[in-house]
Amino acid sequence: MSGALSLPARRTPPGVFVALVLTLAIGWIVVTVDGGRLFSVPTTVSLLHVAAGLGLVAVGQTLVVIGGSLDLSVAYVVSLSTLVAAETMAGDDGALLPAIGLTLAVSAAIGLVNGLLVTTARINPFIATVGVGLLLKGYLDNGYDGPAGKTAPALVQSLGYQRVGPVPLSFLLLLAVAAAAWFVLARTRFGHHLFAVGGDPEVARLSGVRGSRVLVTAHVLCALCAGLAGVYLASRLGAGAPRVGTEGLYDLESIAAVVLGGTALAGGRGGVVGTVGGVLLLASIDAIFNQLEVDVFFKQVIRGVIIIAAVAVYARRAMRKAS
Amino acid sequence: MRIARPPQLLKVRSGGLTPIIVILAVLLVLLTARQPDFLSPPSLMSFLGRSAPVVLLAAGQYFVIVSGELDLSVGSLVTAQVVIAARLIDGDPSAGWPVVVLLLAFGIAVGLVNGLVTTLLRVPSFITTLGMFLILVGAVYLWSDGAPKGSLSEEFRRLGRSAFEDVPALGRIPYALVVLLAVAAAALVLTRSDFGRTLVAVGGNPRTAELSGVRVWRAKTMAFVLSGLAATLAAVLIGGYSGVSFQAGAGLEFGAITAAVLGGVALGGGRGSVVGAMLGALTLETLFTLMNFYGVSGALEPTVQGAIILLAVAAASFRVPSR
Repeated sequence: MSGALSLPARRTPPGVFVALVLTLAIGWIVVTVDGGRLFSVPTTVSLLHVAAGLGLVAVGQTLVVIGGSLDLSVAYVVSLSTLVAAETMAGDDGALLPAIGLTLAVSAAIGLVNGLLVTTARINPFIATVGVGLLLKGYLDNGYDGPAGKTAPALVQSLGYQRVGPVPLSFLLLLAVAAAAWFVLARTRFGHHLFAVGGDPEVARLSGVRGSRVLVTAHVLCALCAGLAGVYLASRLGAGAPRVGTEGLYDLESIAAVVLGGTALAGGRGGVVGTVGGVLLLASIDAIFNQLEVDVFFKQVIRGVIIIAAVAVYARRAMRKAS
Repeated sequence: MRIARPPQLLKVRSGGLTPIIVILAVLLVLLTARQPDFLSPPSLMSFLGRSAPVVLLAAGQYFVIVSGELDLSVGSLVTAQVVIAARLIDGDPSAGWPVVVLLLAFGIAVGLVNGLVTTLLRVPSFITTLGMFLILVGAVYLWSDGAPKGSLSEEFRRLGRSAFEDVPALGRIPYALVVLLAVAAAALVLTRSDFGRTLVAVGGNPRTAELSGVRVWRAKTMAFVLSGLAATLAAVLIGGYSGVSFQAGAGLEFGAITAAVLGGVALGGGRGSVVGAMLGALTLETLFTLMNFYGVSGALEPTVQGAIILLAVAAASFRVPSR
């Protein structure tokens, strides 16, 4: 609970990995008793694919949450990105790089708007990003009824379906992005400033940190990650999908993953390693339920309970450590 | 050290209310320019009746927000209540009141769980109520196998769709408006009671409140219960007005939170008034009506809504000299 003073404690691996191992162990036993196989190649591959999509969004979300903000527009950024990517490519491998570039540029611009609304216009991040989300929703609802565009075959074959053993390329991409984010947070000045701004904006300001610039950068990076998730989803789906982000609940689930990973919603504390753990935990639960062929709605109920319970367990540990 | 301002001072200054009144006035002028008889009693009465559910939710949300928390579960609670009511009543006219009592009990129970998990287990309310959202939506679909069952009786629906007819000068007063006025009066009394002041103190600085002997957990839990009750009343009105659907409460949580912020209630707690929150909700409803009259296409609606929310909140937060 002591915020900025506990910097070294941040390095210890978050308890989410304990939860992950326990979940997988229990899940494995239950699935085996049920007559299925949890660690077969297809299940593992699909688990990692789920983790890749959510993970890309969640890593970006981690940055803004550490900065004391949050981004609820990511689900729409994801949807929009699949469309920008797939429509620009139009099934042509030659347009692959320009399309990805354009997608990331559009995402970054949205992130910039989010960041400026939060800092310069001083709108509460919750409202600002919901507002931007609504803007994008209107554009998507107005322009698209269903899938549009066609992803370049080269991207579908590589990012969409290529894998190294049981590990999809997309999951390696997630690991690379997470590693980059880790480096930025732990080793760069921007990272330290971000923790400072999230911990106490006033103290950060008095010690000469330009909070606005730091927070705007975090928002741009977050939107870039969501854009990357959109490119990945376009590679999986083969086309742009105007509702893929909202139907996947990427906004709320990414925040859940961040918090499961031990990052404080209030800002100033946390890290991407935990977030990847949180994402893997959510994806594992998903995989286990799929193996057990649990009703989708029941799955959602259990998911809600698990998210609350897991965060409650952390809160207890944090309290004990503090006392 | 920041000390909560004495409430009397807040009331006199009421700097928080000016922007929302200005915004509402501007919207009303625009509306009457297009539809001159909008402010005539019959149309105004029916407008207020239609707006009642959202205003109720905003009032409920006020208590939660001012105590420093957030309730994302209200929309799903409204849906759950409407679906539960339909299944339990199943067209039986005599089942109306018992079911309403049951719904109120359920609303209180959901609020209690939200409150206790947030305060005693120390789970951030964003996560608690997000989990509750997943649980309620999942449970309701699960319970009704994917499609709403049963139907609401005419008796039950009367509260949401009927009115006192032939009232002198005003014409028709919807029951919903009467419910709204009663709740508004109760909410006003509550905010001026010891409980209301305690709540503001808790939101402003929980530590100080705790040290001065306030049982923070009890105050916050009460706030969540009030929000659950408000959602239940809103559900009864919405069920009556528009019938049963899984979409009955979709997005209402964001609407209620936006309304409260628009009305000058600070996310994070400690500042704002319940009147502001309710005026904020009326402003949002006026905005929707305005967009209807100006013929904004249904799909573009979110874009316009998002833009105006951002503008309005930016304007509102610009005016209030922040602490």
